[in-house]
Amino acid sequence: MKLKRFNWEPYLLLLPSTLYLVLFFAWPMFQAFELAFQKDDGQLTLSYLQRMFGDAMFSEAILNTVKLIIAIVPLQFILALVMSLLMMERLRGSNTLVYIYSIPLAISDLAAGIIWFSIFTERGYLNSLMHGLGFLDKPYLFLNYQTNGPFVAIVLAEVWRATSIVFVILVAGLQSIPRDYVEAAEVFGANWFQRVWKVILPLLRPSIQTALILRTILAVQVFAVVAAVAGRGMTVLAAEAYRWYSEYRNSHMAATYAMFILSISLATAFIYLRTLRVKEEMTL
Amino acid sequence: MKKKLPSSRLIGRGLVYLAAILIALWILIPIYFITVAAFSPKDVIYAWPKSLFPQTLSLETMRFFVNAQYVLPSLWNSVKVALLTLAVSLVIGAPAGYGLARHIFPGKDIYRIMILSTRAFPIVILSIPLGVTFREWGMYDSLVSVALLHTAMALPTTILVTSSVFIGVSRELEEAATVFGCNRLQAFTRVVLPLALPGLAASAIFTFVLSWNEVFAATILTLYNRTLPARMFIQLSASPLPFRFAGGFFILVPAIVFMFFIRRYLFSLWGITLK
Repeated sequence: MKLKRFNWEPYLLLLPSTLYLVLFFAWPMFQAFELAFQKDDGQLTLSYLQRMFGDAMFSEAILNTVKLIIAIVPLQFILALVMSLLMMERLRGSNTLVYIYSIPLAISDLAAGIIWFSIFTERGYLNSLMHGLGFLDKPYLFLNYQTNGPFVAIVLAEVWRATSIVFVILVAGLQSIPRDYVEAAEVFGANWFQRVWKVILPLLRPSIQTALILRTILAVQVFAVVAAVAGRGMTVLAAEAYRWYSEYRNSHMAATYAMFILSISLATAFIYLRTLRVKEEMTL
Repeated sequence: MKKKLPSSRLIGRGLVYLAAILIALWILIPIYFITVAAFSPKDVIYAWPKSLFPQTLSLETMRFFVNAQYVLPSLWNSVKVALLTLAVSLVIGAPAGYGLARHIFPGKDIYRIMILSTRAFPIVILSIPLGVTFREWGMYDSLVSVALLHTAMALPTTILVTSSVFIGVSRELEEAATVFGCNRLQAFTRVVLPLALPGLAASAIFTFVLSWNEVFAATILTLYNRTLPARMFIQLSASPLPFRFAGGFFILVPAIVFMFFIRRYLFSLWGITLK
């Protein structure tokens, strides 16, 4: 070994990735900010922001996006929690179950949208099933825009597709909880619900936090599922950003929508970090 | 620990299995439906009521999809973009992963937090300014630009995953190789790399799937040179049902097959928490 001197190696190894992320991640973020708040001649402006808030589609887009988040994220969390607690039960065939439960991780939002469209469409599987069971004589238009049908179908598609990521994060978290804690609670007479509520959930807090932040951020940019299920009948924030960019060729407005999506994402991340704060004595 | 269960415990156990199986069916049945739809002939797809169990299977619908204009070129575009994304993110990301795994150095925590925090920034925000920039650079409608954006999206995960892969390769082996006369590079290529290969392959497959599935950025950045999901997305509302169902199935299959190969790495790929 030579004399100890400053070791450049780690910095050289990290340099390409840092440069790449600065060029293709940080810089575009900054540019989005510029596009949203600066006119082409370089003058600072709030006009794009005002125009977005005044846009007829904006209120509908934000309402739909928020409604979807409120419906989807809690459902996913509860379902994923049930799924991961089932995995704690050491079932026979649990390897197969883990694989099946995580298949949706690889399914794109577009494919999921198409799949649920095939179920809910006029001549789809749901109508056929209802007919087979004798509930319906003729097909019912589930995806009618006047009803909540498209909304329900989108929620189901998203719960179906994206619960797996929450599941995987929670299972990874559960595996890091020492079994002694749970067994000790059992010895002291805690029933199953008490064990889950008083022991497992508090210890699982870091994983819950990660899962909720990740899922909410992804739900804020929900896009292809909505289009595949509801077509043009329903708009969301990401769809508006897309429309302004591709159809109206207005990158300023598109960037304003993008910045708005970013601010919602950061705000939700912040709220989760505050409310689910992991106290020092809780960490293992 | 084996003990005889009282009957109430036995019922509880039964319910646990029932719940586990019902959730598995909830995931599998929609996949079954789209598969049946993709292999049903046209008149069956438009028929009502449909049988939930297929009476006739045919390749008519799949053939219709594959022969449709733009489908094969877009498929080829998707493959090119995904392979380029995979290559760039591995070439740039794996060294960083190795650096994180093997060294303790000032700034390491800041770097890690920087990498983790990229997850808080939605991909939608990258696409629009990058679309503007690529247009200025004369790279509008180019597959390279899509791959560059997909790399930005995949790189943080590649770095974290490869770092956990390299942590799994024992440091002693690498040092032993240098003792036996390998230089650092030889020790890496002859000892570390072969051991890390399965993990690196899993990370590469993950990146491929990420890029293969991505719709928003691909649609924003291209016009004629669409990837398959972008092409499908643009045409969706104007497409007949058989085209949609076959297309949905077509995007779905490679993703599921790849998942099967990387199932062992599931938790190291996705189970990363912020703590």
